[in-house]
Amino acid sequence: MKNPYHHRDTEGTEKALSVSSVPLWLNGFLPLITTAIILVIWSIAVKASGTKIFPSPIAVAKAIATLSEKSLLWRYIGDSLTRVFAGYFAAILIGIPLGFLLGWYGPLARAFNPLIQMLRPISPLAWMPLAVIWFGVSNAAPIFLIFLASRFPIIVAAMNGVRNVPPMYLQAGRNFGLSTRQLMIRVVAPAVLPRIIVGLRLAFGIAWVVLVAAEMIAVDSGLGYLIIDARNAGKRYDLVVAGMLMIGVIGLLLDTVMRRVETWTSERR
Amino acid sequence: MKVQFDDVSMRFGAMEVLQHITLDVKEGEFCCIVGPSGCGKSTLLNIAGGFLAPASGSVTIDSEPVTAPDRRRIFVFQERGVFPWLTVEGNIGFGLFDIDAAERRARVAQYVELVGLKGFEKSYPRELSGGMKQRVEVARALAVNPDVLFLDEPFGALDSITRLQMRSELLRIWRAEKKTVLFVTHDIEESVQLADRVVVMSARPGRIQRVVEIDVAHPRDLSSRRYIELRDLIFGEIGLAHQV
Repeated sequence: MKNPYHHRDTEGTEKALSVSSVPLWLNGFLPLITTAIILVIWSIAVKASGTKIFPSPIAVAKAIATLSEKSLLWRYIGDSLTRVFAGYFAAILIGIPLGFLLGWYGPLARAFNPLIQMLRPISPLAWMPLAVIWFGVSNAAPIFLIFLASRFPIIVAAMNGVRNVPPMYLQAGRNFGLSTRQLMIRVVAPAVLPRIIVGLRLAFGIAWVVLVAAEMIAVDSGLGYLIIDARNAGKRYDLVVAGMLMIGVIGLLLDTVMRRVETWTSERR
Repeated sequence: MKVQFDDVSMRFGAMEVLQHITLDVKEGEFCCIVGPSGCGKSTLLNIAGGFLAPASGSVTIDSEPVTAPDRRRIFVFQERGVFPWLTVEGNIGFGLFDIDAAERRARVAQYVELVGLKGFEKSYPRELSGGMKQRVEVARALAVNPDVLFLDEPFGALDSITRLQMRSELLRIWRAEKKTVLFVTHDIEESVQLADRVVVMSARPGRIQRVVEIDVAHPRDLSSRRYIELRDLIFGEIGLAHQV
């Protein structure tokens, strides 16, 4: 039999309520328009002030072109991404199981939470001197810093997620005869997934910011190194701004991907 | 006797919640437990389900003492108990993890049909109304073929029209499946519409104040003299409880 009370209004209302005074076709172009306006203002400002330090957009575009011709840019981007993902995945591998443990066993969380909360506000960059002593000028130093930067958001997201699984879900799981292991896999993990994804995105944002700073000290490649090297080597501020732009663009792209994943997982709720 | 409560008492810290509950529920009986909120009726159901251990006394089902949750007796919550990450099918088949795929599919299809959710097998709970989610939960419970169902105010979050519909649905399913049902509610009308027997509990600490046999044949005429008489009797009982 068909249920007359079925309604699917969750999607419909959202669209109806979204207030937009701009025609739909324009929406896609809005970011391009702002970018164009900012580029124009930037150009005019550089010309008008006659600054020797801040490069014009055209100089920056030329710098990016030169860098990419020498394939230096791609190598640096590759190095940066390799480091950030290595540290980030290490943090996931350790952070998620640890977060599950802390979330599941209350006494464990009570024992370790003060420590976590104390270590959390310490900027990962504060570990830099130690990282350099431990790992020298090598990939391991920035990877370690990335790991430090991304581990807490992941641990905390997993811990709070597990802690806040509705008791009803657990009770139902137990009622159907699930062992603790099965309960973890079939109930707890899917229940916390959306929260963990949010934590992962947050962690990645921090990791990307920390990476650039880490590369200014501990290594001799990567986007962070590009910036500090361009300044030290010859006050090439066009290269500095080019590096900054690349960091921003790649950060945006990666965040867009993470957001997609986030919407995809939460859409099924 | 299917379910036997033998002198069950419960306390949370210094607070006494249940006092000397002794009650027998027959096989296949539909038994409602009503009482003012906070009287411990949900606690009683959780004890029977094996989720809580009583402070004293015991619950036995088929003469076996209840010590832990068991798939032979399933607890049904308000519709918030369905798993949002599973489809209707996935939810209904949740407890059927140790039978082979073909049989699981058949069982799921059977219970989708029984609760009237055909065509919604692939839908996620967020796409369903409250009443439909409640059906999913009932089907999920029935699919593992339990012999006792514990329902804890299952229709409490539904609008009144859906609630009425769900009551007759539940009765239809109960007749088809012949389960023993313990149904906790604070809605007196609901209890008189559904139950073979209504157990009226006092305010906290909960004691059994009265057990009322509802000797009205199904489908029940809600304006018949006997129905109104029994309903008013229970209202009277609860009213007294409020005056204490």
